Amino acid sequence: MEFWKDPLKAAADWLAGILVGWGLASQVSQVIIAFLGVLILISLLMVLDIFLVWVERKTVARFQDRLGPNRLGPFGLIQPFADIIKLLIKEDTTPGGADKWVYNLAPVLSMMSVLMIWAIIPLAPTVVGVDLNVGILYLIAAGAIGTLSIIMAGWSSNNKFAMIGAFREVAILVSFEIPMLTILLIPTVLSGTMGINGIIESQSLWYVFLSPLGALIFLIAAIAELGRAPFDMGEAESELVAGYNIEYSGMKFGMFYAGELLHAFTFGGFWAIFFFGGYRFFGLEKVHPFLAVAVLIFKAMLGYWVIMWVKYTLMRIRIDHMLALNWKFLTPLAFILLMATALTNAILKNSSILIYWAGMFIVNIIIAFVALEIARRVSTAQRARLEGRKGAAAA
Amino acid sequence: MTISQIIFLVVAGFTLASALMVVTTRNLIHAALFLVATLFGVAVVYAILQAGFLAVVQVVIYIGAIAILFIFAVMLTRRDMRDRGPQMNRMQWIGALLALLIFIGLSFLLSSWDGYSAVAQEMPADFDTMGRLGEALVSPDAYLLPFEVASVLLLAALVGAVYVAYTRR
Amino acid sequence: MIPISWYLTLSAALFSIGLFGVLTRRNAIAILLGIELMLNAVNVNLAAFWRYGDVNQITGQIFAIIVFAVAAAEVAVGLALVISVYRKKNTVIAEEIDLMKW
Repeated sequence: MEFWKDPLKAAADWLAGILVGWGLASQVSQVIIAFLGVLILISLLMVLDIFLVWVERKTVARFQDRLGPNRLGPFGLIQPFADIIKLLIKEDTTPGGADKWVYNLAPVLSMMSVLMIWAIIPLAPTVVGVDLNVGILYLIAAGAIGTLSIIMAGWSSNNKFAMIGAFREVAILVSFEIPMLTILLIPTVLSGTMGINGIIESQSLWYVFLSPLGALIFLIAAIAELGRAPFDMGEAESELVAGYNIEYSGMKFGMFYAGELLHAFTFGGFWAIFFFGGYRFFGLEKVHPFLAVAVLIFKAMLGYWVIMWVKYTLMRIRIDHMLALNWKFLTPLAFILLMATALTNAILKNSSILIYWAGMFIVNIIIAFVALEIARRVSTAQRARLEGRKGAAAA
Repeated sequence: MTISQIIFLVVAGFTLASALMVVTTRNLIHAALFLVATLFGVAVVYAILQAGFLAVVQVVIYIGAIAILFIFAVMLTRRDMRDRGPQMNRMQWIGALLALLIFIGLSFLLSSWDGYSAVAQEMPADFDTMGRLGEALVSPDAYLLPFEVASVLLLAALVGAVYVAYTRR
Repeated sequence: MIPISWYLTLSAALFSIGLFGVLTRRNAIAILLGIELMLNAVNVNLAAFWRYGDVNQITGQIFAIIVFAVAAAEVAVGLALVISVYRKKNTVIAEEIDLMKW
């Protein structure tokens, strides 16, 4: 029964018993088991990443009324392996005048920034790398390393397009971090903790019902952080060729690509964790840890699907519009929403759950309505001014 | 030597080596990247000290914002990507001597302090650093005023930086 | 266990390296890099004194956080000044910015 309840802990204890039996100190055996756990998690993530390539290609094909990969294996499932073989046997080029060390380090850091995040994701109540009490800040910190990898790639490639792409991408990443961090404070306020596991545990009512506007802003900021369309300014194909990773070939490009896919999936997972209850699904997570993992993966897939949906539906926004959207709309909106949520939470905390939910929901709706109305007025006035000027020039 | 001591020595060596590279390397972009390595090492030192909040904030603020700002500034303030001319001024040996003297002086001063080889007490198991920090920062009888002054300073710096670096078209 | 002297020595060494950078580099941005190293040395000290003193006194960490804010403000204004000077004088070498020197 012990084994059934928590197979991973049982396996770890069993392994620790064997290692100590071999004469190792218990501290050393703990370190070995931790490394083994990291190795297993990363291997599973890489396998998942290969699967994600297939998912992405199939989905984009459906959006564009195509079939997608369908030749190799059932439903084209073997196709990603063929892609990997292609990437591996491609020539590994380094452009002349490139800064070798920085150039080779950038894809590694890019991949690392994504894998680091998985250390704090609770797959199930007990299946979690570390339950940091600063989990949300850790998420932003890992993103900072991703930002660094992009500017390293852009600078070291010795290519103007790569440089411009990196500049734009970093400008977006640094500015969209602000509404994202502000919105992440809403689950913190509602749950009273910054630990990811604590946030999931306190969601008997999913936070998307308490803060639908927050969930929406988080999704927008997350897509911008991922650098995906409509915010894919960093690698705008039609103007910058491929942006910061233009000079990379073979597996180094593959690492950027795989990192981006896994990052998107990870943020789908975080959307699920912060606003859709994570691994919780009507008590299913208490039955067995592996069921909880399945629930979380399913929710993360749904989030990932929404991100893909946005990517393949919307067109790219111009860089100045994007930054204006962030600084003049999303950031103030996030600040106001955070203040209103904290205030409502403080007032209604002790009332019944229905009133609490209704109050939170109505506050969100009012703020969203007012913000959209202001944005509409401002943009109408701007358009009238621009078109007036154009009309005057024509006359 | 325990495991924690070995970890500390490795981290400290890494930090000091990259700090030395920051002040001696010719290529300024490399200097900024070595600064990132140093800051990361310091973040690990915070983690060893069980100051998790400081460690994470160090990465978010220093690596995510300050180091990126430095790299931008280096890229914006040079005509081409090459470095010409000496990177150090004429006083470099005097400067090195002065820095070394200050290090020796500080070490000497510290070694005469009676708490010099103190070891840390065990952290209480249920010690909530984050909660204590948050309460201390917003309670009026603790650090509310310094906190507000720091935020006003940041606002002033924001406005000042925009004003100084702004170009009128 | 690690005695506090190790942290203090690390911090002193980091401070001296930063001071060396500030005293000897010609490029104004490199001087700011040195100042960052010195601020970090101070922060290591503050965190170490918090941990090795009474952990219930959270003062060390608060000071470190204030130092973070000051460092961010200093870098923003400092780099803005450097960029502004570069636009006017076309140099970032500290010795060549000598308009006020008579």
